[in-house]
Amino acid sequence: MCSKSQRSVAFRFHRILRRTTNRPCFPRLRSSFDTAAFFPDRREGSKKEMECVFGLVGDGFALVAADTSAVHSILVHKSNEDKVMILDSHKLLGASGEAGDRVQFTEYIQKNVHLYEFRNGIPLATAAAANFTRGELALALRKNPYSVNILLAGYDKDVGASLYYIDYIATLHKVDKGAFGYGSYFALSMMDRHYHSGMSLEEAVDLVDKCIIEIRSRLVVAPPNFVIKIVDKDGAREYAWRESIKDAGVSAA
Amino acid sequence: MARYDRAITVFSPDGHLFQVEYALEAVRKGNAAVGVRGTDTVVLGVEKKSTPAPRLPIVSLDTHIALACAGLKADARVLINRARIECQSHRLTVEDPVTVEYITRYIAGLQQKYTQSGGVRPFGLSTLIVGFDPYTGVPALYQTDPSGTFSAWKANATGRNSNSMREFLEKNYKETSGQETVKLAIRTLLEVVESGGKNIEIAVVTKEHGLRQLDEAEIDAIVAEIEAEKAAAEAAKKAPSKDT
Repeated sequence: MCSKSQRSVAFRFHRILRRTTNRPCFPRLRSSFDTAAFFPDRREGSKKEMECVFGLVGDGFALVAADTSAVHSILVHKSNEDKVMILDSHKLLGASGEAGDRVQFTEYIQKNVHLYEFRNGIPLATAAAANFTRGELALALRKNPYSVNILLAGYDKDVGASLYYIDYIATLHKVDKGAFGYGSYFALSMMDRHYHSGMSLEEAVDLVDKCIIEIRSRLVVAPPNFVIKIVDKDGAREYAWRESIKDAGVSAA
Repeated sequence: MARYDRAITVFSPDGHLFQVEYALEAVRKGNAAVGVRGTDTVVLGVEKKSTPAPRLPIVSLDTHIALACAGLKADARVLINRARIECQSHRLTVEDPVTVEYITRYIAGLQQKYTQSGGVRPFGLSTLIVGFDPYTGVPALYQTDPSGTFSAWKANATGRNSNSMREFLEKNYKETSGQETVKLAIRTLLEVVESGGKNIEIAVVTKEHGLRQLDEAEIDAIVAEIEAEKAAAEAAKKAPSKDT
């Protein structure tokens, strides 16, 4: 008699929000006996990799930076697309990948994290949120996978700041620094050179700026603008934008 | 009559659904609950019974909506869970928080479903749902009952001794705001509950701060204020008659 529209995950005792919209399946190229397939060259290639997300853990805080361009083939839709979602009061979710999947999946995670908080009166821990996110990716992986890469940063009172690397095939790693996309080649190298644990906010932002300069100067179709968000004991919030192109307003002529 | 109350799916010849009426009985045996709507505040109050089991306190369904109930608490847990899921689901699909009326309609609809199905019994609880419209900021108070009907109220009571509380509200309700609304809710509850912070639970919902549970000390302070006002009113009544 209970509404069958609630999908309860088999081994879990609580119900989570069902994915309320039908995600498009990978199109006609699939043969009938494929339940899930990635098409490496066509879909997962250039589009997704041009998006850069990177982050690091400092002394009592974590930073996540992401580019802000929304691109479709050769067209830039907008250059102020915010890809770092504030998951709850003390968590950040930086995501890169297929645009539809990115928004759909991160909003789905966000609403479930909120639901947990309402049900239980306390917010999810960062590790729990990361594992939940990975679990959802893993569940969908062999059916209808999400092409989203995620850096989840959070602050817990007992653990401090933490950063989790979750990639589109549901890999989960707790890391001090991480990056996705072509920009990761440059960002990770810069961070390998300059990162040390317990960096102050100024040092960390300086390192992020170094990474952004590298990406801008060395990546062929480099995204012009970036957003930097921070999470610490005072919560998750936007820290700064790094813009080299402002979205065109009304034309001066 | 006995033949028509075995299952919910049977009407009696005179048009009653006995199971629903029995569910209303269960509500009448539940703890007292009152809701009062002010111009900028809505207040929910419940009676705290120390035995037998710890009661469900006033709960929040979303950042701007709170719920109190009277009746079977186990049923309440199920309804509240579904309502919370619906609040988030609504936000996910339409990117808007629910209005109080929407979530009330949802809960009432759920309660109604269980009055028209085989092998189930109705939820044995009435709920008082309060909150603010997320865009207009207008406060609202709604009540649902086991039959699945709902309506909006300026103030209402449910559960034990709800009739006395309702009578009191009919006599004493006036448009209030802020602390006055809280006082009115507490005065209503005090009609049927032993006074004291430990027997009453109050939650105040405001537009800025959302749901805030008052702690025992605050409630005791307000109760003391009310008693002082009562005493002063008594004294004022007595004094003129002494003069004559």
